[in-house]
Amino acid sequence: MATKTSPDKKKTGKAADTTNGEPQAFKVIGTRPIRHDGVDKVTGRAIYGADVQMAGLVHGRILRSPHAHARIKAIDMSAAEKMPGVVAVVTGKDMPDLRDKMADLGEGTVNLAHLGANCLAHGKVLYKGQAVAAVAATSPHIAEEALKKIKVEYEPLPAVTWVLDAMKDDAPLLHDNVFTSEMGKLGKQPSNIAVHLHFEKGDVEKGFAEADVTIEREYKTASVHQGYIEPHVSTALWNHDCHLTIWTSTQGAFTARQQTAELLQIAISQVTVVPCEIGGGFGGKISVYLEPVAAILSRKCGRPVKMIMNRNEVFEGTGPTPGSFVRVKLGAKKDGRLVAGEAWLAYDAGAFPGGMIGPGCMCVFSCYDLPNARVDGYDVVLNKPKTAAYRAPGATQAAFACESVIDELAEKLGIDPIELRLKNAAREGTRRVDGPTYPRVGLVETLEAARNSDHWRSKLTGKNRGRGIACGYWFNIGLKSSAAANVNPDGTVTLVEGSTDIGGTRTSVAMQLAETLGIAAEDVHPQVGDTDSVGYTDVTGGSRVTFATGLAAYEVGLDIRRQMAARAAMLWECKPEEVTFADGVFRRGDKSTSFKELAGKMHQTGGAVVGRATVDPEGPSHGFGAHIADVEVDPDTGKVTVLRYTALQDAGRAIHPSYVEGQMQGGSVQGIGWALNEEYFYDDSGRMRNASYLDYRMPTAFDLPMIDTIIVEVPNPAHPYGVRGVGETPIVAPPAALAAAIYRAAGVRLRELPMAPHRVWTAKKMTNDEC
Amino acid sequence: MVKKTHVSTTINGETAEFLCEPRQSLLEILRDTLELTGSKEGCNNGNCGACTVLMDGLPVNSCLVLAVEAEGATITTIEGIAEQAHLHPLQQCFLENAALQCGICTPGFIVAAKALLDRNPKPTEHDIRFELAGNLCRCTGYDKIVRAVQDAAAALEGKH
Repeated sequence: MATKTSPDKKKTGKAADTTNGEPQAFKVIGTRPIRHDGVDKVTGRAIYGADVQMAGLVHGRILRSPHAHARIKAIDMSAAEKMPGVVAVVTGKDMPDLRDKMADLGEGTVNLAHLGANCLAHGKVLYKGQAVAAVAATSPHIAEEALKKIKVEYEPLPAVTWVLDAMKDDAPLLHDNVFTSEMGKLGKQPSNIAVHLHFEKGDVEKGFAEADVTIEREYKTASVHQGYIEPHVSTALWNHDCHLTIWTSTQGAFTARQQTAELLQIAISQVTVVPCEIGGGFGGKISVYLEPVAAILSRKCGRPVKMIMNRNEVFEGTGPTPGSFVRVKLGAKKDGRLVAGEAWLAYDAGAFPGGMIGPGCMCVFSCYDLPNARVDGYDVVLNKPKTAAYRAPGATQAAFACESVIDELAEKLGIDPIELRLKNAAREGTRRVDGPTYPRVGLVETLEAARNSDHWRSKLTGKNRGRGIACGYWFNIGLKSSAAANVNPDGTVTLVEGSTDIGGTRTSVAMQLAETLGIAAEDVHPQVGDTDSVGYTDVTGGSRVTFATGLAAYEVGLDIRRQMAARAAMLWECKPEEVTFADGVFRRGDKSTSFKELAGKMHQTGGAVVGRATVDPEGPSHGFGAHIADVEVDPDTGKVTVLRYTALQDAGRAIHPSYVEGQMQGGSVQGIGWALNEEYFYDDSGRMRNASYLDYRMPTAFDLPMIDTIIVEVPNPAHPYGVRGVGETPIVAPPAALAAAIYRAAGVRLRELPMAPHRVWTAKKMTNDEC
Repeated sequence: MVKKTHVSTTINGETAEFLCEPRQSLLEILRDTLELTGSKEGCNNGNCGACTVLMDGLPVNSCLVLAVEAEGATITTIEGIAEQAHLHPLQQCFLENAALQCGICTPGFIVAAKALLDRNPKPTEHDIRFELAGNLCRCTGYDKIVRAVQDAAAALEGKH
């Protein structure tokens, strides 16, 4: 069931099985075709957002707050407006006043007043880097110079950037209209605590009373950024017929359209969003930043306006993921059976409410069958950029805490960390603390594969070296997807789908259509449609595209099969239901015709065949992973080097194994960066001091070993080919796996991220001094 | 405004002349004036390598080169890597190894890897990781990129 995957890209399809009722002698699924958009991307021809050119284009730039917290007293734009080459200047006053209106964005709701203020501030700035005004000019250099001529008078206010400080009664208050929402009630006094969540199952006190061993620890994590290499970019044309077209880098064209229309209070049908190729997102390109600003600049000057953020703006004005404080307590019997758990989580949301605390609370104990548990979570605003989703948002911080306590429990009980996890692993029927009960899931199989892996069975030798393991979980969502396909007379199929492709999903979706039609992956030509050319499709996020848009492609295939069977019936003068289909061939009695042959007769049998489908699958597909890390700790500097790394994950069914491996490897390395080095470093005035790639320092090729992958396949019963989402789970386990490895290498338990050299060195020195 | 300067270069084997302001980077001219948008801007300060081009055979971050400095230079961009109708082995190996996900860093990696293989046809894994450390990728974790370069080195060796 587990496949040690190798770079052998010529591998063909897997053996047949009969998952979920579909005959499963796969011809396409499980193979590794070259992605359809590949040639354009290795030759520089692919058109990303910044590559959009058009006649009359002008360039927009944004003026950002130098203060972490301040009242805007006055803005004087007159000098900027008079500069030669400047064609428009706007502030928050050029956007509609939106009070507290909520909008549903598919993966969650957003308060439009907050979203608008995050695009252009109204009255107050709440973090350094918040947009205050914008200029459009005939060159980006002139626009940049014009920003310097805008005079903003600020009244600086005290700032707070650590979540526990922001929760104190005397903390600087960010909003006078945010009240704590708690068990359906709103607090009476304004507060930085926007939400208090509470989940409970069983009898927690009784559970802990039965425990032979109890461990309680506290963990902290710093804010980190998604780090996509392509900065945010949007080009808007507010045409003279009042139709707004936006070419942009987004994870969801339809949600970008909706956010922009709602923020500008115009009809959705007045906006077309054209999703360009997207240079990474990881959750950070769902919320709009530039789109509405470029739109109002274009409205003002009557020309297309292109806006590109610089890297500094990306760090200071977008993302990041929450900084957090998490306390976890677990109790177990001597034999290792967990009897009770308690977690207290405080996540910062950034400057506006609505962070990642919900999934954090739901994920903290998600890997275990805990009979008694209680979870309290707090969503807290403070003077940092509004947080955005980042790959399994909220889960990594929670798993760092829970998995680290599990590792300590294993040590204290003298039980192998994999055996302890297997003994308590969530499985079919396990009820999570927040309510849902799991269907068939693959954590047990994944842990067994880890136990049997070369890596776990190998001996790690050498001084200052250690090995750790940890688990990770992410829900993986379904949501809405649409697709349509035209059959061509040469037997190929042109597929239009609505999911922007960040990591090769055009191909994994096209492969499912190809499998359904019995044709080659190369005979499907996939493209991502704009908001006028394909049905509503939710964001590329939640590890949903290969699952949900893949399901849409499968349904499109069934629709085409039905229509083609009718064409065959016409030719054979029989009833459509008498025609069968298998392996790309239509049959009735001794008559048969391949999909290709029948497509060639399409125009003689009634014209075009167009398949279409929209889906909205319910329920998550549950992705579990386990990661094994070997590290060496330099005793002189505290620097941690990753020697060997293996990521295992239940993919349900790997449609294109190379891209499943790629998700596991990429997520692992983002997790390694989060664990060992990355952080938003704030000074006392609330200013980020490392807002460049040089100083933020994401992992490079030279920092890493090869990342081995083992794909486990426990088919998802809710998908015809068994697909589970895979994208997000891989970022969850690395910090805890590395912390466990560092402990075995250096004898110190690190409970704060990042586990940077100075922290490891200091912890080691303190331990040594105690001895 | 300062008068524009006339610059004469050879880009991807063809003479290319352009007018530029002294403050404009080579990357800006390549992308916005010459419409060679394959070189990407990720940071505009030399940290990410997405804008890597070969300048007289050496890899440079084109965002850190002033366009006026390109006078007389021979420049190869990602658009000049393929050989007529054929992809360069590096491009082919990036495709076969699935060494790209979002693809924004790919042009810079391919150009930087070409510079490496031109100078060192049999690099070790260590050599590849060291030489490509100036190019950031956030999607792949680098594993498949390193393997693609290894495969390309083997393919090029077979050709010679």
